[in-house]
Amino acid sequence: MAYSEKLMDHFHNPRNVGTLDKSKKTVGTGLVGAPECGDVMRLQIEVDDLTQTIVDAKFKTFGCGSAIASSSLATEWLKGKNINEAMGIDNMAIVEELALPPVKIHCSVLAEDAIKAAIKDYQSKNNI
Amino acid sequence: MEAKKLIYLDNNATTPCDPRVVEAMLPYFTTHFGNAASRNHPFGWAAEEGVDYAREQVAQLIGADSKEIIFTSGATEAINLALKGAFEMYRKKGNHIITAKTEHKAVLDTCKKLETMGAEVTYLDVQPDGLIDLAQLEAAITKKTILVSIMWANNETGVIQPMAEISKICEKHGALLMSDITQAAGKVPVDVKKMGIHLAAFTAHKMYGPKGVGALFVNRIKPRVKVTAQMDGGGHERGMRSGTMNVPGIVGFGKAAELASREMQRDAERLSKLRDKLQKAFGEILEEVVVNGNQEHRMPHVTNISFKHVEGEGLMMTFNQKIALSSGSACTSASLEPSYVLVALGLGDDLAHSSLRFSLGRFTTEEDIDQTIAAVSAGVNHMRDLSPIWEMYKEGIDLSNVQWSEH
Repeated sequence: MAYSEKLMDHFHNPRNVGTLDKSKKTVGTGLVGAPECGDVMRLQIEVDDLTQTIVDAKFKTFGCGSAIASSSLATEWLKGKNINEAMGIDNMAIVEELALPPVKIHCSVLAEDAIKAAIKDYQSKNNI
Repeated sequence: MEAKKLIYLDNNATTPCDPRVVEAMLPYFTTHFGNAASRNHPFGWAAEEGVDYAREQVAQLIGADSKEIIFTSGATEAINLALKGAFEMYRKKGNHIITAKTEHKAVLDTCKKLETMGAEVTYLDVQPDGLIDLAQLEAAITKKTILVSIMWANNETGVIQPMAEISKICEKHGALLMSDITQAAGKVPVDVKKMGIHLAAFTAHKMYGPKGVGALFVNRIKPRVKVTAQMDGGGHERGMRSGTMNVPGIVGFGKAAELASREMQRDAERLSKLRDKLQKAFGEILEEVVVNGNQEHRMPHVTNISFKHVEGEGLMMTFNQKIALSSGSACTSASLEPSYVLVALGLGDDLAHSSLRFSLGRFTTEEDIDQTIAAVSAGVNHMRDLSPIWEMYKEGIDLSNVQWSEH
Protein backbone atom coordinates (compact mmCIF):
# COMPACT_ATOMS: atom_id res chain seq x y z
CA MET A 1 0.00 0.00 0.00
CA ALA A 2 1.47 3.33 -0.99
CA TYR A 3 0.89 6.11 1.52
CA SER A 4 0.97 9.86 1.02
CA GLU A 5 4.07 11.87 1.86
CA LYS A 6 2.21 13.70 4.61
CA LEU A 7 1.23 10.41 6.22
CA MET A 8 4.76 9.07 6.02
CA ASP A 9 6.09 12.30 7.50
CA HIS A 10 3.73 12.06 10.49
CA PHE A 11 4.65 8.39 10.88
CA HIS A 12 8.40 8.87 10.80
CA ASN A 13 8.39 12.19 12.68
CA PRO A 14 5.37 11.98 14.93
CA ARG A 15 4.44 15.29 16.58
CA ASN A 16 3.62 15.68 20.24
CA VAL A 17 4.34 12.16 21.43
CA GLY A 18 4.09 11.90 25.17
CA THR A 19 2.08 11.92 28.33
CA LEU A 20 0.40 14.72 30.27
CA ASP A 21 -0.37 14.43 33.97
CA LYS A 22 -3.85 12.97 33.90
CA SER A 23 -4.45 13.80 37.56
CA LYS A 24 -4.40 17.53 36.74
CA LYS A 25 -7.82 19.13 36.51
CA THR A 26 -6.84 21.01 33.38
CA VAL A 27 -5.94 17.80 31.52
CA GLY A 28 -8.44 15.71 29.60
CA THR A 29 -7.58 12.16 28.51
CA GLY A 30 -9.23 10.11 25.79
CA LEU A 31 -8.32 6.41 25.50
CA VAL A 32 -10.08 4.65 22.64
CA GLY A 33 -9.78 1.38 20.75
CA ALA A 34 -8.67 -2.04 22.00
CA PRO A 35 -5.51 -4.13 21.63
CA GLU A 36 -7.59 -6.98 20.15
CA CYS A 37 -8.67 -4.67 17.34
CA GLY A 38 -5.11 -3.64 16.60
CA ASP A 39 -5.54 0.05 17.50
CA VAL A 40 -5.37 1.91 20.81
CA MET A 41 -5.12 5.70 20.86
CA ARG A 42 -4.52 7.86 23.86
CA LEU A 43 -4.96 11.55 23.25
CA GLN A 44 -4.51 14.16 25.96
CA ILE A 45 -5.22 17.88 26.01
CA GLU A 46 -4.34 20.60 28.47
CA VAL A 47 -6.89 23.40 28.56
CA ASP A 48 -6.56 26.97 29.75
CA ASP A 49 -9.43 27.38 32.24
CA LEU A 50 -10.08 31.01 31.44
CA THR A 51 -10.07 30.95 27.65
CA GLN A 52 -11.07 27.29 27.16
CA THR A 53 -8.20 27.07 24.70
CA ILE A 54 -6.16 23.92 24.21
CA VAL A 55 -2.62 24.90 25.16
CA ASP A 56 -1.00 21.50 24.81
CA ALA A 57 -1.82 18.13 23.25
CA LYS A 58 0.01 14.81 23.45
CA PHE A 59 -0.62 11.34 22.10
CA LYS A 60 0.51 7.76 22.20
CA THR A 61 -0.86 5.21 19.78
CA PHE A 62 -0.60 1.45 19.36
CA GLY A 63 -1.53 0.77 15.78
CA CYS A 64 -0.67 0.86 12.13
CA GLY A 65 0.98 3.74 10.32
CA SER A 66 -2.34 5.40 9.51
CA ALA A 67 -3.44 5.31 13.14
CA ILE A 68 -0.18 6.88 14.29
CA ALA A 69 -0.30 9.56 11.61
CA SER A 70 -3.98 10.33 12.32
CA SER A 71 -3.34 10.88 16.01
CA SER A 72 -0.17 12.89 15.38
CA LEU A 73 -2.10 15.15 13.01
CA ALA A 74 -4.94 15.48 15.53
CA THR A 75 -2.58 16.82 18.20
CA GLU A 76 -1.27 19.44 15.76
CA TRP A 77 -4.78 20.57 14.93
CA LEU A 78 -5.88 20.67 18.56
CA LYS A 79 -3.22 23.04 19.82
CA GLY A 80 -4.51 26.59 19.99
CA LYS A 81 -8.11 25.64 19.31
CA ASN A 82 -11.00 26.49 21.59
CA ILE A 83 -12.55 23.27 22.91
CA ASN A 84 -15.80 23.99 21.09
CA GLU A 85 -13.93 24.33 17.83
CA ALA A 86 -12.01 21.16 18.62
CA MET A 87 -15.29 19.31 19.18
CA GLY A 88 -16.09 20.06 15.55
CA ILE A 89 -13.04 18.30 14.04
CA ASP A 90 -14.42 15.78 11.58
CA ASN A 91 -12.72 12.51 10.69
CA MET A 92 -13.14 13.19 6.97
CA ALA A 93 -10.84 16.19 7.30
CA ILE A 94 -8.14 13.79 8.56
CA VAL A 95 -8.87 11.37 5.71
CA GLU A 96 -8.38 14.19 3.21
CA GLU A 97 -5.29 15.69 4.80
CA LEU A 98 -3.46 12.33 4.96
CA ALA A 99 -5.07 10.81 1.84
CA LEU A 100 -6.04 7.71 3.81
CA PRO A 101 -7.04 4.74 1.68
CA PRO A 102 -10.60 3.37 2.25
CA VAL A 103 -9.45 0.46 4.47
CA LYS A 104 -7.81 2.97 6.81
CA ILE A 105 -10.75 5.32 7.30
CA HIS A 106 -11.45 3.70 10.67
CA CYS A 107 -8.13 5.16 11.89
CA SER A 108 -9.48 8.67 11.35
CA VAL A 109 -12.75 7.74 13.08
CA LEU A 110 -10.73 6.55 16.04
CA ALA A 111 -8.83 9.86 16.12
CA GLU A 112 -12.09 11.81 16.12
CA ASP A 113 -13.38 9.59 18.92
CA ALA A 114 -10.19 10.21 20.89
CA ILE A 115 -10.52 13.99 20.50
CA LYS A 116 -14.12 13.91 21.70
CA ALA A 117 -13.29 11.57 24.58
CA ALA A 118 -10.45 13.85 25.76
CA ILE A 119 -12.66 16.94 25.65
CA LYS A 120 -15.49 15.16 27.48
CA ASP A 121 -13.04 13.98 30.14
CA TYR A 122 -11.86 17.56 30.66
CA GLN A 123 -15.45 18.83 30.80
CA SER A 124 -16.63 16.22 33.26
CA LYS A 125 -13.63 16.88 35.53
CA ASN A 126 -14.57 20.55 35.60
CA ASN A 127 -18.34 20.07 35.69
CA ILE A 128 -18.82 21.88 32.41
CA MET B 1 15.44 3.44 -6.23
CA GLU B 2 18.65 3.56 -4.26
CA ALA B 3 21.37 1.11 -5.11
CA LYS B 4 21.24 -0.11 -1.51
CA LYS B 5 20.47 -3.81 -1.31
CA LEU B 6 17.01 -4.72 -0.12
CA ILE B 7 16.80 -7.54 2.37
CA TYR B 8 14.21 -10.19 1.53
CA LEU B 9 12.93 -12.29 4.44
CA ASP B 10 9.58 -13.25 2.96
CA ASN B 11 10.60 -16.52 1.31
CA ASN B 12 7.43 -18.28 2.49
CA ALA B 13 5.47 -15.92 0.26
CA THR B 14 7.66 -16.61 -2.74
CA THR B 15 11.30 -17.20 -3.53
CA PRO B 16 13.41 -15.60 -6.24
CA CYS B 17 14.20 -17.84 -9.18
CA ASP B 18 17.62 -19.41 -8.89
CA PRO B 19 19.70 -18.20 -11.89
CA ARG B 20 20.45 -21.85 -12.71
CA VAL B 21 16.70 -22.43 -13.03
CA VAL B 22 16.27 -19.48 -15.39
CA GLU B 23 19.15 -20.75 -17.48
CA ALA B 24 17.51 -24.17 -17.81
CA MET B 25 14.21 -22.58 -18.84
CA LEU B 26 15.44 -20.19 -21.52
CA PRO B 27 15.78 -22.59 -24.48
CA TYR B 28 12.18 -23.68 -23.96
CA PHE B 29 10.86 -20.22 -24.77
CA THR B 30 12.59 -19.99 -28.12
CA THR B 31 14.43 -23.02 -29.52
CA HIS B 32 12.29 -25.75 -27.96
CA PHE B 33 9.01 -23.85 -28.03
CA GLY B 34 6.92 -26.79 -29.25
CA ASN B 35 3.69 -28.07 -27.74
CA ALA B 36 4.49 -31.11 -25.62
CA ALA B 37 1.33 -32.73 -26.96
CA SER B 38 2.52 -32.51 -30.59
CA ARG B 39 3.49 -36.14 -31.02
CA ASN B 40 4.43 -36.07 -34.67
CA HIS B 41 7.29 -33.62 -35.13
CA PRO B 42 10.63 -32.77 -33.52
CA PHE B 43 9.38 -29.54 -31.94
CA GLY B 44 6.82 -31.51 -29.96
CA TRP B 45 9.35 -34.22 -29.14
CA ALA B 46 11.84 -31.73 -27.72
CA ALA B 47 9.18 -30.14 -25.55
CA GLU B 48 7.93 -33.51 -24.38
CA GLU B 49 11.45 -34.60 -23.56
CA GLY B 50 11.90 -31.49 -21.42
CA VAL B 51 8.66 -32.21 -19.58
CA ASP B 52 9.49 -35.89 -19.08
CA TYR B 53 12.88 -35.05 -17.63
CA ALA B 54 11.36 -32.45 -15.30
CA ARG B 55 8.74 -34.95 -14.21
CA GLU B 56 11.54 -37.28 -13.11
CA GLN B 57 13.29 -34.48 -11.24
CA VAL B 58 10.12 -33.37 -9.46
CA ALA B 59 9.12 -36.94 -8.62
CA GLN B 60 12.53 -37.70 -7.17
CA LEU B 61 12.37 -34.73 -4.84
CA ILE B 62 9.37 -36.20 -3.03
CA GLY B 63 10.11 -39.91 -3.44
CA ALA B 64 7.40 -40.49 -6.02
CA ASP B 65 7.30 -42.22 -9.40
CA SER B 66 7.26 -39.82 -12.35
CA LYS B 67 3.94 -41.28 -13.51
CA GLU B 68 2.41 -39.99 -10.30
CA ILE B 69 3.10 -36.31 -11.00
CA ILE B 70 0.33 -34.17 -12.52
CA PHE B 71 1.52 -30.71 -13.50
CA THR B 72 -0.79 -27.80 -12.71
CA SER B 73 -0.63 -24.00 -12.63
CA GLY B 74 0.37 -23.97 -8.98
CA ALA B 75 -0.36 -25.35 -5.52
CA THR B 76 -3.80 -23.76 -5.31
CA GLU B 77 -4.93 -25.55 -8.45
CA ALA B 78 -3.33 -28.79 -7.28
CA ILE B 79 -5.17 -28.53 -3.94
CA ASN B 80 -8.47 -27.80 -5.68
CA LEU B 81 -7.94 -30.78 -7.98
CA ALA B 82 -7.03 -33.07 -5.09
CA LEU B 83 -9.93 -32.15 -2.81
CA LYS B 84 -12.67 -31.60 -5.37
CA GLY B 85 -11.43 -34.42 -7.59
CA ALA B 86 -11.25 -36.93 -4.73
CA PHE B 87 -14.62 -35.88 -3.37
CA GLU B 88 -16.23 -36.37 -6.77
CA MET B 89 -14.44 -39.68 -7.31
CA TYR B 90 -15.17 -41.19 -3.90
CA ARG B 91 -18.37 -39.56 -2.74
CA LYS B 92 -20.28 -42.82 -3.12
CA LYS B 93 -18.03 -44.23 -0.39
CA GLY B 94 -18.63 -41.31 1.88
CA ASN B 95 -18.85 -37.55 2.10
CA HIS B 96 -16.73 -36.75 5.15
CA ILE B 97 -13.45 -34.82 4.96
CA ILE B 98 -11.18 -33.90 7.86
CA THR B 99 -8.80 -30.96 7.83
CA ALA B 100 -7.37 -28.46 10.34
CA LYS B 101 -8.09 -24.83 11.15
CA THR B 102 -4.52 -23.76 10.38
CA GLU B 103 -4.53 -24.98 6.78
CA HIS B 104 -3.93 -22.58 3.91
CA LYS B 105 -6.98 -20.79 2.48
CA ALA B 106 -6.65 -22.88 -0.66
CA VAL B 107 -7.63 -25.91 1.43
CA LEU B 108 -10.13 -24.20 3.73
CA ASP B 109 -12.01 -22.36 0.98
CA THR B 110 -12.11 -25.48 -1.20
CA CYS B 111 -13.57 -27.39 1.75
CA LYS B 112 -16.15 -24.64 2.24
CA LYS B 113 -17.10 -25.03 -1.41
CA LEU B 114 -17.38 -28.79 -1.03
CA GLU B 115 -19.74 -28.27 1.91
CA THR B 116 -22.15 -26.56 -0.47
CA MET B 117 -21.87 -29.65 -2.68
CA GLY B 118 -22.84 -32.11 0.05
CA ALA B 119 -19.57 -32.70 1.85
CA GLU B 120 -19.31 -32.78 5.61
CA VAL B 121 -16.08 -31.25 6.79
CA THR B 122 -14.45 -31.42 10.23
CA TYR B 123 -12.00 -28.59 10.94
CA LEU B 124 -9.67 -29.82 13.68
CA ASP B 125 -8.43 -27.42 16.34
CA VAL B 126 -4.71 -27.26 16.89
CA GLN B 127 -2.82 -27.25 20.18
CA PRO B 128 -1.15 -24.05 21.42
CA ASP B 129 2.07 -25.10 19.68
CA GLY B 130 0.27 -25.50 16.36
CA LEU B 131 0.35 -29.30 16.20
CA ILE B 132 -2.87 -31.22 15.68
CA ASP B 133 -4.02 -33.58 18.41
CA LEU B 134 -3.74 -37.11 17.02
CA ALA B 135 -6.39 -38.47 19.38
CA GLN B 136 -8.76 -35.78 18.19
CA LEU B 137 -8.03 -36.71 14.59
CA GLU B 138 -8.73 -40.36 15.20
CA ALA B 139 -11.91 -39.55 17.12
CA ALA B 140 -13.16 -37.42 14.24
CA ILE B 141 -12.91 -40.25 11.69
CA THR B 142 -16.21 -41.92 10.85
CA LYS B 143 -17.24 -44.64 8.40
CA LYS B 144 -18.01 -41.87 5.93
CA THR B 145 -14.53 -40.31 6.08
CA ILE B 146 -12.96 -40.49 2.64
CA LEU B 147 -10.15 -37.99 3.00
CA VAL B 148 -7.91 -36.36 5.59
CA SER B 149 -6.09 -33.21 4.45
CA ILE B 150 -3.27 -31.99 6.69
CA MET B 151 -0.44 -29.73 5.58
CA TRP B 152 3.15 -30.88 6.10
CA ALA B 153 4.41 -27.48 7.28
CA ASN B 154 2.52 -24.32 8.05
CA ASN B 155 3.21 -21.22 6.00
CA GLU B 156 2.93 -18.74 8.87
CA THR B 157 4.62 -20.55 11.74
CA GLY B 158 6.69 -23.20 9.94
CA VAL B 159 5.30 -25.84 12.33
CA ILE B 160 5.67 -29.39 10.95
CA GLN B 161 2.83 -31.82 11.59
CA PRO B 162 3.48 -35.44 12.64
CA MET B 163 2.78 -36.83 9.16
CA ALA B 164 3.91 -40.40 9.94
CA GLU B 165 1.48 -40.70 12.84
CA ILE B 166 -1.30 -39.05 10.87
CA SER B 167 -0.69 -41.48 8.05
CA LYS B 168 -0.93 -44.48 10.38
CA ILE B 169 -4.29 -43.30 11.66
CA CYS B 170 -5.58 -42.80 8.11
CA GLU B 171 -4.39 -46.22 7.05
CA LYS B 172 -6.01 -47.89 10.04
CA HIS B 173 -9.37 -46.38 9.11
CA GLY B 174 -9.08 -46.64 5.35
CA ALA B 175 -9.11 -42.89 4.67
CA LEU B 176 -6.98 -41.29 1.98
CA LEU B 177 -4.35 -38.79 3.14
CA MET B 178 -3.82 -35.58 1.24
CA SER B 179 -1.06 -33.14 2.23
CA ASP B 180 -0.34 -29.60 1.18
CA ILE B 181 3.46 -29.89 1.04
CA THR B 182 3.95 -26.45 -0.52
CA GLN B 183 6.16 -25.08 2.26
CA ALA B 184 7.99 -28.33 3.00
CA ALA B 185 8.92 -29.64 -0.44
CA GLY B 186 12.45 -28.67 -1.35
CA LYS B 187 13.19 -27.36 2.14
CA VAL B 188 13.01 -30.48 4.31
CA PRO B 189 13.10 -34.14 3.24
CA VAL B 190 9.66 -35.19 2.02
CA ASP B 191 9.06 -38.80 1.02
CA VAL B 192 5.41 -39.27 0.15
CA LYS B 193 5.75 -43.03 -0.30
CA LYS B 194 7.45 -43.66 3.01
CA MET B 195 4.96 -41.38 4.71
CA GLY B 196 1.94 -43.09 3.19
CA ILE B 197 0.58 -39.92 1.62
CA HIS B 198 -1.81 -40.43 -1.31
CA LEU B 199 -2.20 -36.91 -2.65
CA ALA B 200 0.28 -34.06 -2.27
CA ALA B 201 0.17 -30.54 -3.69
CA PHE B 202 3.14 -28.20 -4.15
CA THR B 203 4.55 -25.46 -6.31
CA ALA B 204 7.79 -24.35 -7.96
CA HIS B 205 7.91 -20.74 -6.77
CA LYS B 206 8.48 -21.62 -3.11
CA MET B 207 11.64 -23.55 -4.03
CA TYR B 208 13.47 -21.07 -6.26
CA GLY B 209 11.52 -22.06 -9.37
CA PRO B 210 9.15 -19.95 -11.49
CA LYS B 211 5.61 -18.87 -10.57
CA GLY B 212 2.66 -20.38 -12.43
CA VAL B 213 3.63 -24.03 -12.18
CA GLY B 214 2.81 -26.60 -9.54
CA ALA B 215 2.13 -30.29 -9.20
CA LEU B 216 -0.19 -32.80 -7.66
CA PHE B 217 1.20 -36.16 -6.62
CA VAL B 218 -1.41 -38.88 -7.09
CA ASN B 219 -0.52 -42.28 -5.66
CA ARG B 220 -0.74 -44.98 -8.35
CA ILE B 221 -0.12 -48.27 -6.60
CA LYS B 222 -1.69 -49.57 -3.40
CA PRO B 223 -3.98 -47.80 -3.44
CA ARG B 224 -4.48 -46.62 -7.00
CA VAL B 225 -5.92 -43.19 -6.34
CA LYS B 226 -7.89 -41.28 -8.93
CA VAL B 227 -9.24 -37.78 -8.98
CA THR B 228 -11.95 -36.49 -11.29
CA ALA B 229 -10.64 -33.81 -13.63
CA GLN B 230 -11.82 -30.31 -12.76
CA MET B 231 -11.07 -28.87 -16.17
CA ASP B 232 -12.34 -30.29 -19.43
CA GLY B 233 -10.23 -30.31 -22.56
CA GLY B 234 -7.60 -32.31 -24.34
CA GLY B 235 -7.15 -34.93 -21.64
CA HIS B 236 -3.54 -34.06 -20.78
CA GLU B 237 -1.83 -35.44 -17.69
CA ARG B 238 -3.49 -38.86 -17.84
CA GLY B 239 -6.86 -37.19 -18.18
CA MET B 240 -6.64 -35.47 -14.82
CA ARG B 241 -5.59 -32.00 -15.94
CA SER B 242 -6.30 -30.70 -19.42
CA GLY B 243 -4.50 -27.73 -20.87
CA THR B 244 -1.35 -27.17 -22.91
CA MET B 245 1.67 -27.77 -20.74
CA ASN B 246 3.66 -24.79 -19.46
CA VAL B 247 6.88 -26.30 -20.81
CA PRO B 248 9.39 -23.61 -19.73
CA GLY B 249 7.76 -23.45 -16.31
CA ILE B 250 7.80 -27.21 -15.91
CA VAL B 251 11.43 -27.42 -16.99
CA GLY B 252 12.24 -24.73 -14.42
CA PHE B 253 10.28 -26.61 -11.76
CA GLY B 254 12.33 -29.71 -12.56
CA LYS B 255 15.62 -27.86 -12.29
CA ALA B 256 14.51 -26.22 -9.03
CA ALA B 257 13.57 -29.64 -7.63
CA GLU B 258 16.92 -31.12 -8.63
CA LEU B 259 18.82 -28.24 -7.02
CA ALA B 260 16.71 -28.53 -3.89
CA SER B 261 17.37 -32.28 -3.63
CA ARG B 262 21.07 -31.60 -3.81
CA GLU B 263 21.33 -28.47 -1.68
CA MET B 264 18.49 -28.86 0.79
CA GLN B 265 20.55 -30.17 3.66
CA ARG B 266 23.28 -27.56 3.30
CA ASP B 267 20.72 -24.74 3.01
CA ALA B 268 18.75 -26.01 5.99
CA GLU B 269 21.80 -26.22 8.22
CA ARG B 270 22.98 -22.75 7.29
CA LEU B 271 19.56 -21.14 7.51
CA SER B 272 18.59 -22.71 10.82
CA LYS B 273 21.74 -21.22 12.35
CA LEU B 274 20.88 -17.78 10.98
CA ARG B 275 17.24 -18.15 12.06
CA ASP B 276 18.31 -19.14 15.57
CA LYS B 277 20.71 -16.20 15.72
CA LEU B 278 17.90 -13.82 14.77
CA GLN B 279 15.48 -15.29 17.26
CA LYS B 280 18.02 -15.37 20.08
CA ALA B 281 19.08 -11.78 19.45
CA PHE B 282 15.53 -10.46 19.77
CA GLY B 283 15.15 -12.36 23.02
CA GLU B 284 18.31 -10.76 24.37
CA ILE B 285 17.83 -7.19 23.09
CA LEU B 286 14.12 -6.81 23.71
CA GLU B 287 11.65 -7.60 26.46
CA GLU B 288 8.26 -9.20 25.95
CA VAL B 289 9.06 -11.21 22.85
CA VAL B 290 7.17 -14.44 22.17
CA VAL B 291 8.01 -17.09 19.57
CA ASN B 292 4.82 -18.56 18.11
CA GLY B 293 4.42 -22.28 17.42
CA ASN B 294 6.39 -25.39 18.22
CA GLN B 295 10.12 -24.71 17.99
CA GLU B 296 11.23 -28.32 17.79
CA HIS B 297 9.00 -29.46 14.94
CA ARG B 298 9.55 -26.47 12.72
CA MET B 299 10.94 -25.54 9.32
CA PRO B 300 14.62 -24.57 9.54
CA HIS B 301 14.25 -21.17 7.91
CA VAL B 302 11.13 -19.78 9.60
CA THR B 303 10.33 -18.02 12.83
CA ASN B 304 7.15 -16.22 13.80
CA ILE B 305 7.57 -13.74 16.63
CA SER B 306 5.17 -11.48 18.53
CA PHE B 307 6.62 -8.23 19.82
CA LYS B 308 4.14 -7.40 22.54
CA HIS B 309 2.44 -4.01 22.66
CA VAL B 310 3.40 -2.96 19.16
CA GLU B 311 1.26 -3.42 16.09
CA GLY B 312 2.78 -5.40 13.23
CA GLU B 313 2.05 -3.19 10.27
CA GLY B 314 3.19 -0.04 12.02
CA LEU B 315 6.32 -1.86 13.07
CA MET B 316 7.00 -3.00 9.51
CA MET B 317 6.62 0.58 8.27
CA THR B 318 9.66 1.55 10.33
CA PHE B 319 11.93 -0.63 8.17
CA ASN B 320 10.03 -1.72 5.07
CA GLN B 321 12.08 0.55 2.83
CA LYS B 322 14.94 -1.90 3.34
CA ILE B 323 13.58 -5.16 4.76
CA ALA B 324 10.69 -7.20 3.37
CA LEU B 325 8.75 -9.57 5.58
CA SER B 326 5.17 -10.40 6.62
CA SER B 327 2.97 -9.66 9.59
CA GLY B 328 0.02 -11.50 11.10
CA SER B 329 -1.52 -8.14 11.77
CA ALA B 330 -4.95 -7.39 10.42
CA CYS B 331 -3.76 -4.16 8.98
CA THR B 332 -1.77 -5.86 6.26
CA SER B 333 -4.94 -7.34 4.84
CA ALA B 334 -8.17 -5.83 3.63
CA SER B 335 -10.21 -7.94 6.05
CA LEU B 336 -8.96 -6.22 9.23
CA GLU B 337 -8.95 -9.64 10.88
CA PRO B 338 -5.67 -10.79 12.37
CA SER B 339 -4.05 -14.05 11.23
CA TYR B 340 -6.52 -16.92 11.69
CA VAL B 341 -3.56 -19.29 11.99
CA LEU B 342 -2.16 -17.51 15.04
CA VAL B 343 -5.63 -17.13 16.51
CA ALA B 344 -6.12 -20.91 16.08
CA LEU B 345 -2.97 -21.41 18.19
CA GLY B 346 -4.86 -19.65 20.96
CA LEU B 347 -2.94 -16.40 20.73
CA GLY B 348 -5.09 -13.46 21.70
CA ASP B 349 -5.92 -11.13 18.83
CA ASP B 350 -3.55 -8.61 20.42
CA LEU B 351 -0.57 -10.97 20.09
CA ALA B 352 -1.58 -11.89 16.56
CA HIS B 353 -1.60 -8.20 15.66
CA SER B 354 1.92 -7.90 17.06
CA SER B 355 3.48 -10.72 15.06
CA LEU B 356 6.09 -10.76 12.33
CA ARG B 357 7.05 -13.73 10.18
CA PHE B 358 10.70 -14.03 9.20
CA SER B 359 11.25 -16.57 6.41
CA LEU B 360 14.85 -16.90 5.29
CA GLY B 361 16.01 -18.34 1.99
CA ARG B 362 18.89 -19.63 -0.09
CA PHE B 363 20.12 -16.11 -0.78
CA THR B 364 19.91 -14.78 2.79
CA THR B 365 23.29 -13.77 4.20
CA GLU B 366 24.55 -13.34 7.73
CA GLU B 367 24.87 -9.62 7.04
CA ASP B 368 21.15 -9.53 6.15
CA ILE B 369 20.39 -11.08 9.52
CA ASP B 370 22.63 -8.66 11.43
CA GLN B 371 20.99 -5.69 9.72
CA THR B 372 17.55 -7.13 10.40
CA ILE B 373 18.30 -7.60 14.08
CA ALA B 374 19.37 -3.96 14.32
CA ALA B 375 16.53 -2.49 12.25
CA VAL B 376 13.70 -4.52 13.79
CA SER B 377 14.93 -3.95 17.35
CA ALA B 378 15.15 -0.21 16.70
CA GLY B 379 11.67 -0.32 15.16
CA VAL B 380 10.22 -2.15 18.17
CA ASN B 381 11.78 0.35 20.58
CA HIS B 382 10.50 3.28 18.51
CA MET B 383 6.99 1.86 18.35
CA ARG B 384 6.98 1.05 22.05
CA ASP B 385 7.90 4.67 22.81
CA LEU B 386 4.75 5.56 20.88
CA SER B 387 2.57 2.85 22.41
CA PRO B 388 0.14 3.70 25.21
CA ILE B 389 -0.27 0.05 26.11
CA TRP B 390 3.49 -0.38 26.45
CA GLU B 391 3.44 2.56 28.87
CA MET B 392 0.56 0.97 30.78
CA TYR B 393 2.38 -2.36 30.87
CA LYS B 394 5.48 -0.61 32.23
CA GLU B 395 3.36 1.05 34.91
CA GLY B 396 2.27 -2.41 35.99
CA ILE B 397 -1.31 -2.11 34.78
CA ASP B 398 -2.93 -5.45 33.96
CA LEU B 399 -4.12 -4.84 30.40
CA SER B 400 -6.68 -7.62 30.60
CA ASN B 401 -8.52 -5.63 33.29
CA VAL B 402 -8.74 -2.44 31.28
CA GLN B 403 -12.17 -1.47 30.00
CA TRP B 404 -11.41 -1.01 26.29
CA SER B 405 -13.82 0.67 23.91
CA GLU B 406 -14.24 -1.85 21.10
CA HIS B 407 -14.72 -0.35 17.71
